[in-house]
Amino acid sequence: MGSNSLHVLKGINFNAEAGELVAIMGSSGSGKSTLLNILGMLDGADSGEYILDGVPIKDLSETKAAQYRNKFLGFVFQSFNLINYKSAMENVALPLYYQGVPRKERQEKALKYLERVGLREWATHLPSELSGGQKQRVAIARAMAAEPKVLLADEPTGALDSTTSYEVMDLIQKINDEGNTILVVTHEEDIAHMCKRIVHLKDGVIVEDKKVKQVRAEQYV
Amino acid sequence: MFRTFLTMLGVIFAMLILVLLLGSANGMSNGFDKIFAGTASNSLFVWGQSTSEPYKGFERGRRIRYKIDDARILKEQIPEIEVLAPRIELGNHRNVTTVYRKGQTSGSAVYGDFPEIDNITKKKLVEGRFLNNNDIKDSKKVCVIGEETYKLLFEKGENAIGEDIRINGVFFSVVGIYKPNNNINIDGENAVFIPFTTFQKAFNSGERMGWMAIAVEPNTKVAVVENQIKRILKAKYDIHPDDERAIGSFDMSEIFNNISAFTNVLKGFSFFIGIFTLLAGIIAISNILLITVKERTKEIGVRRALGATPVVVKRQIVVEAIVLTAFAGLIGFAISVGILAGLNSLWGSGEDFPFVNPMVNIPQFGISFLLMVTFSVLIGLLPANKAIRVRPIEALREE
Repeated sequence: MGSNSLHVLKGINFNAEAGELVAIMGSSGSGKSTLLNILGMLDGADSGEYILDGVPIKDLSETKAAQYRNKFLGFVFQSFNLINYKSAMENVALPLYYQGVPRKERQEKALKYLERVGLREWATHLPSELSGGQKQRVAIARAMAAEPKVLLADEPTGALDSTTSYEVMDLIQKINDEGNTILVVTHEEDIAHMCKRIVHLKDGVIVEDKKVKQVRAEQYV
Repeated sequence: MFRTFLTMLGVIFAMLILVLLLGSANGMSNGFDKIFAGTASNSLFVWGQSTSEPYKGFERGRRIRYKIDDARILKEQIPEIEVLAPRIELGNHRNVTTVYRKGQTSGSAVYGDFPEIDNITKKKLVEGRFLNNNDIKDSKKVCVIGEETYKLLFEKGENAIGEDIRINGVFFSVVGIYKPNNNINIDGENAVFIPFTTFQKAFNSGERMGWMAIAVEPNTKVAVVENQIKRILKAKYDIHPDDERAIGSFDMSEIFNNISAFTNVLKGFSFFIGIFTLLAGIIAISNILLITVKERTKEIGVRRALGATPVVVKRQIVVEAIVLTAFAGLIGFAISVGILAGLNSLWGSGEDFPFVNPMVNIPQFGISFLLMVTFSVLIGLLPANKAIRVRPIEALREE
């Protein structure tokens, strides 16, 4: 923003295979959110290339970016970002709406994904009637609904207590078990160890990239 | 919600003003139409006055008296004349003659007329019939009297049809009673009409003719025919060509044109005021949408992260502007139509006041609504563009 550009990321070479569950760690200001925003096509990189499933992502118009986001990516935010005047089901169906899926099919799919996160009976409830953990599960269902190639979770447990955090991580692990690629940005060590690979960022460069033995969240639930 | 409703009030009131003004202007226009109903708008009246210029050895101040033959000559020479109804009055113009019946009297104007006069100034008959061609052909001693004359000569509720009244010692049988038009009154309040031919015989008027009522073809200007008539009459009666006073005439169409110009200006003005008030109302809606967009920045960011393209976001906000405006407009329209209907039942009879059926017509409503929706689209683009100017990432950061 503005004329003073600030280089947050200073050369990142990063590759994720399909089916991976990667934790991106780092203190605040390390550039982990910026990386996620570039991966999420919410922000553009000044230089370098980004290839998603063989498709080069470069110089996208707003419209194209929106279409790619819709098709390739699912977002899970720290503050859930559910639309507060829409029911859980309507929130989950939203990405499908932007894909032009007919109403009935949309609702069926939304219910299916709510079922998977265990909130089918909450379908007609507004976000204000749900607990934090439930909200995040609805958000995960929403991110999954369009069947994206990659799930990007930005501090998904940042606003939750530890028990609820583990529940959410358990869900993320199960989704990953089904073969979905997931990137989780977090600064919590225990959450990171529930992933299969940890990438450490510091001052805009990757300082460590290691595979870890996954800690199952199930045992804490 | 409440805030949005308050903003909608602007459009509601604007629509109210627009429809009420337009409806009232229409009501007034209809009211005038009702007043003139039965009067041929494209018509004129011609009568004789006194010369103001000496000419061909005649002194000035000579009285012009027409002959019944003039009517035939004018009709023959001017094809644009549709109807020409000669008339003669007993005595001088607006003189009254005493009419008797069983000891009751009435000071009435007495006219000898042709049935054609009914095509120029329609008589609203309360009872019986107007003069017809048989009355003329057989010089029947019949008459049509005004309501006022009836009141003076008959008891309340008494049957008048078939009864005799006496004018200058001659008896006439009443065949009809008419109600005078209060707004255009050419014949006076209290009048008796008898067939022209009967008049000639009964009052010994010979070939004389008092004045003429003339209806002109719809596509011809009355003034053109008026000039032709004057030229022919001036030549026939040796009147100086520049004498403006010898022939009296009155062009009815002028009044109609003035009135329709007046009501048209009124309608145009109403529309102008209404549309600009509406514009102000819609700008208020746009303003509230700008605020709403600001408040919903985060939601818009989420939607865009989930795949809403700029066009979709824009469309959502423009549609909101249209829906708000159209909804408010319809409310305003419904209220104002109700008010107009109320006004109509209060004063809509148009008896004392030219105000009949005040309502907007379909084209007026259509144009207003179309303009309103167009404005709302154009003005809705303002908040819509603001919504997509914020990049999704900034929108998401917003707390």
